[in-house]
Amino acid sequence: MSIESLKCKECGTAYELGAYYVCENCFGPLEVAYDFSGFDPVEAKRRIQAGSQGIWRYADFLPFEGRPNDPLEPGLTPLVRADRLAERLGLEAEIWIKNDAANPTHSFKDRVVAVAVAKAQELGFKTVACASTGNLANAVAAHAAAAGLDSYVFVPANLEEQKLLATGVYGTNLVGVRGNYDDVNRLCIQLAESRPWAFVNVNLRPYYAEGSKTLAYETVEQLGWELPDRVVCPIASGSLFTKVGRGFQEWLDLGLVTGSQPVFNGAQAEGCSPVATAFAEGWDVCKPQKPDTIAKSLAIGDPADGPYAIEHARKTGGGVDSVTDAEIREGIKLLAETTGIFTETAGGVTVGVLRKLAERGEIAGGERVVVYITGEGLKTLDATRDTFQMHEIDPDLESFEVEFRQEVAA
Amino acid sequence: MSITVKIPTQLRAATGGESTVEVTGATVGEALDAVFDAHADLRQRITQDGDLRRFVNVYVSGEDIRFQQGLDTAINEGDEVTILPAVAGG
Repeated sequence: MSIESLKCKECGTAYELGAYYVCENCFGPLEVAYDFSGFDPVEAKRRIQAGSQGIWRYADFLPFEGRPNDPLEPGLTPLVRADRLAERLGLEAEIWIKNDAANPTHSFKDRVVAVAVAKAQELGFKTVACASTGNLANAVAAHAAAAGLDSYVFVPANLEEQKLLATGVYGTNLVGVRGNYDDVNRLCIQLAESRPWAFVNVNLRPYYAEGSKTLAYETVEQLGWELPDRVVCPIASGSLFTKVGRGFQEWLDLGLVTGSQPVFNGAQAEGCSPVATAFAEGWDVCKPQKPDTIAKSLAIGDPADGPYAIEHARKTGGGVDSVTDAEIREGIKLLAETTGIFTETAGGVTVGVLRKLAERGEIAGGERVVVYITGEGLKTLDATRDTFQMHEIDPDLESFEVEFRQEVAA
Repeated sequence: MSITVKIPTQLRAATGGESTVEVTGATVGEALDAVFDAHADLRQRITQDGDLRRFVNVYVSGEDIRFQQGLDTAINEGDEVTILPAVAGG
């Protein structure tokens, strides 16, 4: 396998491999194009299985000639069967949770950042940067520290405290911008023009986005080289959603797995649902929104990959749904109570949409469904505040007996 | 009315390397038409059938025109019109 070029997703114009992300002819996004001629699926499978215990076992499908040196390798996160969750939802289906909170900085963003930081080093950058809703900030700061690069991390100033603390600790230049994510993003696009920095999700975006494909590869491998029937996946910019689809498609095309694309269900928060709205209205493009939701990691009002996410949901017979803040909190609790997995608000959105699909009877008995949990509950503690009560007692037996008399008597 | 239109790096090949273009116009659409008159190659790069292509974002003094009246958004003396590619992913 070799990487061929960067190719415009809209008009197909090819560019050399560098820090470019926009087509000069039509402004479309650039994507990495590979040359898989002479590909041998048996040999490829052997190389994967003999590979590292993380995303670099899939190096043959990532934009590098060899396996890069990565001191903080993410990936191979648990895929767990969630029978108690299925039961609570009244489903006869197989529900699997892909717990991507189990990454070095506790979100799926470690995958994309590992790829982007390795590429930044290959291209000779000394400083990495990003526009972030929080999880990306954690990942960029950590991977830059591990690689010995300087970093600048731009976030909305009103971000959850946990995400600010879990970024600053790595010794990055943390910049809180007085505005929402879309304002931060616009600022970073402008900065990328004048600074010699690798903005992982701006000028390195074509490489960065490739990292999300590893979620699809792992899912196939962990299911015993089979595809799920359906996936439920959160949508912020739409990049993860479409790249998971691309990952499945590549392996289908290359003969590493047989079957067809799973049905793709996208999940958004009602307070920031440009993709769900466009899907419901039958539009091909998204109308931007001003986000107002507790799911801050999904609060992108102007999702650049929205059109591709809509297209993929339609093509696979799926859809894009949204849930309220109350349903997000219930989703977090439901997952925690039935699987022991504590997710952040984005996971609450995803589980909330799974529940909606179950209630609408869209998930058939015997279906195999994979639910992507992309981040850790400890990062958004406010979402669980006041959802339960602690029993406070004096340190003596009587105090305990009094407090729990009802339960003891029963 | 004098308006400054900021051209992103990726489009400067079409403006002879210029990063800003001074034009006149009462709306974003008129200002962009004036830019296209001066640099004809830009029109097909960022518009299609009279509308902006789907990955082109335009801001008037920092505010996305899709939150306003699109190409009909009024502009005033001294406003800055910025053209940027749509990129996101936090």
